[in-house]
Amino acid sequence: MWIVSPLALLLLWEACARLGFIEVRFFPAPSTIFAKLWELIGTAGFWIDVGTSLRRMFIGFFMGAIPGLIVGLAMGLFRPVREICQPLVAALYPLPKIAILPLILLIFGIGELSKYVIVAIGVFFLMTINTFAGVANIPAIYFDVARNLRASRWHIYLTVALPGALPGIFTGLRVCMGVALLLLVAAEFVGAEEGIGYRIWWAWSVFWVTNMYVGFAVIALLGFLSAYFVDWLERRFLPWQRRQT
Amino acid sequence: MPDKIVIREVGRTFDVKGGVFAALDRVSLDVQDKEFLCIVGPSGCGKSTLLRMLGGLEHPTSGILTIHHGEADRPLTAMIFQEESVFPWLTVEKNAAYGLKVTGTWRGPESVERVDYFLEKTGLARFRTFYPYQLSGGMKQRLSVARAFVTNPEILLMDEPFAALDEQNKLLLQQELGKLWEENRGTVVFITHSLDEAVLLGDRVLVMSSAPGRIKQSIPIPFERPRTLMSLRRTPEFNRITQELWDLLRDEVERARAEESGRVAATATVTINAESAG
Repeated sequence: MWIVSPLALLLLWEACARLGFIEVRFFPAPSTIFAKLWELIGTAGFWIDVGTSLRRMFIGFFMGAIPGLIVGLAMGLFRPVREICQPLVAALYPLPKIAILPLILLIFGIGELSKYVIVAIGVFFLMTINTFAGVANIPAIYFDVARNLRASRWHIYLTVALPGALPGIFTGLRVCMGVALLLLVAAEFVGAEEGIGYRIWWAWSVFWVTNMYVGFAVIALLGFLSAYFVDWLERRFLPWQRRQT
Repeated sequence: MPDKIVIREVGRTFDVKGGVFAALDRVSLDVQDKEFLCIVGPSGCGKSTLLRMLGGLEHPTSGILTIHHGEADRPLTAMIFQEESVFPWLTVEKNAAYGLKVTGTWRGPESVERVDYFLEKTGLARFRTFYPYQLSGGMKQRLSVARAFVTNPEILLMDEPFAALDEQNKLLLQQELGKLWEENRGTVVFITHSLDEAVLLGDRVLVMSSAPGRIKQSIPIPFERPRTLMSLRRTPEFNRITQELWDLLRDEVERARAEESGRVAATATVTINAESAG
């Protein structure tokens, strides 16, 4: 069923383009875009761009998500850590990460590292906040059950805090996938020689509008697939959650 | 019989806005080994605080609370809470086994058998692979009863375990709990609002007074076991005891209510004064 509404939109778009209701130089018909996509899929350059972007996204993602997970858990479990980190996170989180991109380029140069770092920074804060919220929202009663049985600290972390925080952690992962993609494309606009973001920017500069749309389609598809991947992980690791079907 | 729990002059205060609130004041009581003690009292009399102290979740601010620890290989206490407390991330079976695993008293096949036994007794054996979200409220509460019994604690602590259930489920569970206890006798401290429940299950019922919580009276319950509520209700003795308990309790509830409305009235006066001053 989920395919119906996107398909309807594409059909409407196609009809408008063919009937001349919209300017096809700016809004090429979906059939034109897919034909171009099909053509580009056959070229090596396309796969280099996609591969490069994916690599940057995943390396940056893990560079941010793992520390974020650790800091978030520590904030949830240990009061001193919470008291030290919370004001810092609260102050730095609202800063738009794109705003510090020039600084990142200045510090880490124009190469690969700056791409990883900008993605990692965005992911880190979101992961920290969501993991912390995940721990903080565990009902106190579960800790009471474990403490009443004189469970050791480690047992409490492993059998209550960690599983209890997993829903929050997965929310974090889902949001982070989107943010990672966003920051990566922005970073590739400026100072990159490869990647989907770079390809979109380049298509704009030479006014190859259809190629630009191909870039959009690839990004949309990556976004969709990464969200689907997180859902799949969640179903595997959280079979205990009630879910709507 | 020896005393299992000795409580002497125990008090507990909480710091609240604008002062100190005394939840418990000089409470003294003894619980014998293998005694089923029920505690009734108005809301806010500190009975839950007392139970949480026994469960190691709170500490007294004054007085002494001693529990005689008999065997080292059994957990001292296991608590059954009023709210849902089964872990949503564990299956029925793993929830039931949790206490043994986490206290390091898991003994392989022998423990598996023990878990099976109590799942069978609580009617959950068929649901062993289910997660809590697939269970009804009554089943979840039976599971927390099973989880506590599986650990074979020296003392079972129950904080209004059936209060959130519907009447039919409550009746059945009370009956089942009574049976389980008769088959696996241990010391129990059981808190409840229900006088019927207290008389049905207890060897003795304590009535507490409110704000600050004190022990008002201790009433022994003479009935033979096994008991059922339906047969107890037919005896004049049952009616006499519940009437006596209710008389004791009513004074307390009324006093607590008067105090509460007094507090509300006091705040109202303050507000009015503030308004007229402004």
